[in-house]
Amino acid sequence: MEVKSKSMELKKISEYEWEIPKHGGMKVPARIFASEKLVQKIQQDRTLMQAANVAHLKGIQKYAYVMPDAHEGYGFPIGGVAAFDTEEGIISPGGIGYDVNCGVRLLRTDWAVEDIKPKLKQLLDTLFTEVPSGVGRGGLTRLSDAEMQEILAKGSRWSLEQGYGTKDDLAATEDYGYMKQADPEFVSHTAIARGKPQLGTLGAGNHFLEIQAVDKIYDEKTAAAFGITGVGQVTVMVHCGSRGLGHQVASDYIREMEKKYGFADLPDRELINAPFNSELGQKYFKAMCAGMNYAFANRQMIVHWIRDSFKKVIGTDHGMKQIYDVCHNIGKIEKHKVDGEVKELCVHRKGATRSFGPGREEVNEIYRNVGQPVFIPGTMGTASYILVGTDEAEERSWGSTAHGAGREMSRADAIRRYRGETVAKELEQRGILVKAASWKGIAEENVPAYKDVDEVCRVSNEAKLGKFVARLVPLGVVKG
Amino acid sequence: MKKYEYLPHTADVRFRAYGKTPEEAFANAATAMFNVMVETEKVKPKAIRKITAEGSDLESLLQQFLEQFIILLDTDNFFLSKIKKISISGSKKHYKLSAVAAGDEAKNYETIGPQVKACTYNSMFVKQEGRQWAVQVVVDI
Repeated sequence: MEVKSKSMELKKISEYEWEIPKHGGMKVPARIFASEKLVQKIQQDRTLMQAANVAHLKGIQKYAYVMPDAHEGYGFPIGGVAAFDTEEGIISPGGIGYDVNCGVRLLRTDWAVEDIKPKLKQLLDTLFTEVPSGVGRGGLTRLSDAEMQEILAKGSRWSLEQGYGTKDDLAATEDYGYMKQADPEFVSHTAIARGKPQLGTLGAGNHFLEIQAVDKIYDEKTAAAFGITGVGQVTVMVHCGSRGLGHQVASDYIREMEKKYGFADLPDRELINAPFNSELGQKYFKAMCAGMNYAFANRQMIVHWIRDSFKKVIGTDHGMKQIYDVCHNIGKIEKHKVDGEVKELCVHRKGATRSFGPGREEVNEIYRNVGQPVFIPGTMGTASYILVGTDEAEERSWGSTAHGAGREMSRADAIRRYRGETVAKELEQRGILVKAASWKGIAEENVPAYKDVDEVCRVSNEAKLGKFVARLVPLGVVKG
Repeated sequence: MKKYEYLPHTADVRFRAYGKTPEEAFANAATAMFNVMVETEKVKPKAIRKITAEGSDLESLLQQFLEQFIILLDTDNFFLSKIKKISISGSKKHYKLSAVAAGDEAKNYETIGPQVKACTYNSMFVKQEGRQWAVQVVVDI
């Protein structure tokens, strides 16, 4: 029997905020940011039960948060945010996610839809070849052990040294594309072996590369600061992460932590964790940061090949400037106010995007006066959003908001209901071209399999977790 | 008897596999996992790979067994055709598994779905149900 969260008591705090009161072994209550409509969807699976479980963990501060796009994950829900005191709290691989530093990168261009439309098919075909995707398809590079060490230590800095990208790209990447706490020594040989053939590849599943057009601008001033100048402007979005390497780092440390601490006292085996300040906690943190660096370098390589593809087809990549690169599976050390006192916390964002407002030192210099850009991709046929972080989010959700539309239908259900070929045809009739490694992949990622991205972003905007800047609609999609 | 079946899961893939023995259920679980990515009956048994795993309980043994295949796919481009031999030894607290798998290079086949990237402990079980063994697995894709 599937356990649903419907039976869990939920108190309405305001129109967009709900609470699971502290009960049983919960150290803090859980808070859910959602509209009436989204709460009903979130209650369909075990999301709320998982949020209550997270509230049991040692050193958790204030609340276990649930974002509007949340769905059931392993141990922690996807769309979950939890912060733990670095002195007394824990770090948990399950709270960060298997795909370490899965994230979204967005490029702006000087082209309008009319410039790109006639060459769209050719562009997608070229991108499909230049950026390898799908199962068992390796990257174009063959990396040595020494190069892997460099990538894990330096992230996008390595890419820049190799000529894959510009200084401006790094200036417009979260953490400047480089986690200084990374230590490749704590990444296993197996993880490195998995990462070697995959740098610069998209992977499969919900990862994608999309050519889009600006459809609506809500906040002209912020949009201009991000390089968005008008409706019809073409953008390019990439969604992917650390591939097999990040997954292996998570699996390795879940195993190590089980060996050391056991799981008998945990409400769910996937909540395994280690004290942040323990030897094992620190090893995992440094290995996870190395995984983050791999993901930064991976997206940097992909951006390089995107530019190459445009050069081949259009003749130039002029004006293709990176707006930003956000991470949505991360653990970061940040200072936050807790009951009036500033504390150092290990903030776990699993399927959640950082959304700091203006002024925070972590926000890249180029956007410090504006706030951090936030990208929330929809699904193949729907819009994606650019939002901007807020001061309110710092108070309400450790400076976090949603990360996507969030699935609501299982892949098995989607495959039973839709045929990939039909889905692709329907999208083409709406002017959206799709190129995928497998038809089944298209069926699985069909629009109705996801929550309504417009509703997710509306809640983010209304709850002031991330404010509307612009809406983007798809023109062409490459699916892994 | 059904060898395996896929069950609903919001974001990832959940399946149950069955067998008269734990070994048979484990072997069917490996097939179920590869069938997410490729039609395993089409994969030719050209190459042989030896798999070993250890675990403190049957669940961690299953987790490590399936993870070995995920690693083989990423590092050796290996798609499973079938498990030729599999044996589990040991008892409570320390189980060991050794298996012989036949398969082929992944790049020779059309893939049908997402890539399995991790085997999780999420709602995992290995148990005897009457005369048969059943295992449940959620894989991250």
